Amino acid sequence: MSGEKDSRPRAEGPDSSLRRRLLMGMAALPAMAAAPRLAAAAGPATAAVNTTGLAITDSEVTVGILHSVTGTMAISETGSIQAEKLAIEQINAMGGVLGRRIKVIQEDGGSDWPTFAEKAKKLLVNDKCAAVFGCWTSASRKAVLPVFEQYNGMLYYPTFYEGLEQSKNVIYTGQEATQQILAGLNWINKERGSKSFFLIGSDYIWPRTSNKIARKHIEAVLKGRVVGEEYFPLGHTQFNSVINKIKLSKPDVIFADVVGGSNVAFYKQLKAAGVDLSRQALMTISVTEDEIDGIGGENIAGAFACMKYFQSLQNENNTRFVEAFHRMWGPKTVIGDVTQAAYLGPWLWKLTAEKAESFDVDKIAAASAGIEFKGAPEGYVRIHPNHHLWSKTRVGRARTDGQFDVIYETAELMEPDPFPKGYQ
Amino acid sequence: MFGDYSLSDLGSIFVMQGFAGLILFSVFVLMALGLAIIFGQMGVINMAHGEFMILGAYVTYLTATFFQNHLPGLFDAYFFVAMVLAFLAAGALGMAVEWLLIRHLYRRPLDTLLATWGLSLILQQAYRSSFGAREVGVDLPGWMIGSLQATETIEIQINGLFIMALTVLITIAVGLMMFRSRWGQQVRAVVQNRVMAGAVGIDTGRVDRLTFGIGCGIAGIAGSAFTMIGSTGPTSGQLYIVNTFLIVVFGGAQSLLGTIASAFTISQTQSTLEFFTSGSMASVITLLGVVGILMLRPQGLFTLKIRR
Repeated sequence: MSGEKDSRPRAEGPDSSLRRRLLMGMAALPAMAAAPRLAAAAGPATAAVNTTGLAITDSEVTVGILHSVTGTMAISETGSIQAEKLAIEQINAMGGVLGRRIKVIQEDGGSDWPTFAEKAKKLLVNDKCAAVFGCWTSASRKAVLPVFEQYNGMLYYPTFYEGLEQSKNVIYTGQEATQQILAGLNWINKERGSKSFFLIGSDYIWPRTSNKIARKHIEAVLKGRVVGEEYFPLGHTQFNSVINKIKLSKPDVIFADVVGGSNVAFYKQLKAAGVDLSRQALMTISVTEDEIDGIGGENIAGAFACMKYFQSLQNENNTRFVEAFHRMWGPKTVIGDVTQAAYLGPWLWKLTAEKAESFDVDKIAAASAGIEFKGAPEGYVRIHPNHHLWSKTRVGRARTDGQFDVIYETAELMEPDPFPKGYQ
Repeated sequence: MFGDYSLSDLGSIFVMQGFAGLILFSVFVLMALGLAIIFGQMGVINMAHGEFMILGAYVTYLTATFFQNHLPGLFDAYFFVAMVLAFLAAGALGMAVEWLLIRHLYRRPLDTLLATWGLSLILQQAYRSSFGAREVGVDLPGWMIGSLQATETIEIQINGLFIMALTVLITIAVGLMMFRSRWGQQVRAVVQNRVMAGAVGIDTGRVDRLTFGIGCGIAGIAGSAFTMIGSTGPTSGQLYIVNTFLIVVFGGAQSLLGTIASAFTISQTQSTLEFFTSGSMASVITLLGVVGILMLRPQGLFTLKIRR
């Protein structure tokens, strides 16, 4: 990781174009043919597109990637880093942004929220990054938010999250809670006549907010019943008691947002306790293809997941995306919902910069509303004025091989509503 | 809360809940035995205990992969091979660590806390670098998955039975080793009076190394067994460490019987409370109870009577 920091260009010396070409050759072999054209591509003058002193030269624009490479969150954030690097490489192979090649400075948040804040400050103040792609947990985002607002940076945040936030300096490329939950609940209520729900989650803000929204929707809109609501400390590994409770209350649907290592324990013990997910409906908003790697496909087969993206999605964009991802990161890598959302970040930023004809953060923030990305693997997406994305909600059913069959998607894009009325 | 349920429902839940408590008890004992030996007998605060467990889990994962690719016919039996290998791998690493690190710190017990904590970070990053940051999925033989249908409503988990049997076996083995073997006699002698034990010709260095190795080896077996019920990732060991220390300290650090008694008390409290209150509340009440009892009885439930 430090290698990338070291290769930061200091001046436009005679060797720089050669080195750039070498770097490009290494990073993007298929794009070799395009390299000479790239080096010659010229965009608008630097003075015009960069009035606030960001790290932008005539040929390069610097961005940051800020995720955890070490510590407990590395499990989840690895996919996001891979997706962001893929997107940046593809953008560079197409000629970069406003004629400038994207250069990445990567920092490690180390699964520690103060470290995230410190590294965010470094990326904005020392490195003058034009945009930062990063953060995963809400805690890390809350830690860097004041930094981005104070130093006026631009953050593209990929994870589906609980909502209740909106900032000029952040574009949320994942779903906020209502986008993820409501359509899924409507579907299972209509499709299977489900009326009683058992909510189970890890004990922190995202599951609690999500379950609150789910409960309101179940009780007020679906006229159903919540027969149990349980939270377990992060890292909890023993679920036999609550599984007995679930058996006793016989809910139509188990609604689960357990995360991390607990997730694996929960599904393994559910399976061992004889709960057959092909008969007992279970709907989760916390299991993507990434998590199934650890849980084991046979332990969760039959469960429903509410996401906006599944690797198995059938469309041209996704076929190309999955192929490119596997070429870059190995054919066995799985792609989950957040990974795809992270892939959107660099593309949305590129499109916004081209619309604004500037890298200035204020102009990017102002131009973001209404930006459309037709090449998204999940299908067409658009940025809402509240800086979240319009996107579809999909329901997938887990297969034994760790992939999902997509069995339902909303006809329309769901409007992002980070401060949902009646759900708070 | 019981109004809506029939008598037979309640009966079967009662049975299954009792069984859930017993499984938790076995898991706790299995986690804590290795540490009870290391912490209780040697006084080494081994913060890397969880990482030794995860080493066992990764060995199980590797064994499963090997059997799948090379000996698919014997896959049903791989778990037993894996447990032996896990014991050997974790034990060998434990002995190496004792030789390189711990033996220099016996006179400074609090420093072992820092040293082994550092070791746990190193091991975590080593796992991350070699197996990737993501959790790995360990495939289990078909016969270990699922449950036995005892009656129409009572289901008994096969892996729960397996863990209970394993716990009983290992506890008996450790008991025999501690109280019937020559090694056990030497360990107890060293614990009671290190200088005197050395003076009568016991190679205390060798005893320490072996004790540490066996403690770590048992952690390896526990880790291997936990692939059935939990996750296998670089930091999964951290999920177990708090409970493990809690059990050993609560039981009285130097008493194996205390470890078992404390595992029983904590598991039954936890599992009953989880059923009647909620997951987080159960942890809170259990921990408060433990704190309260430790305030009244700082030495734990059971203690050895030794002259200091």
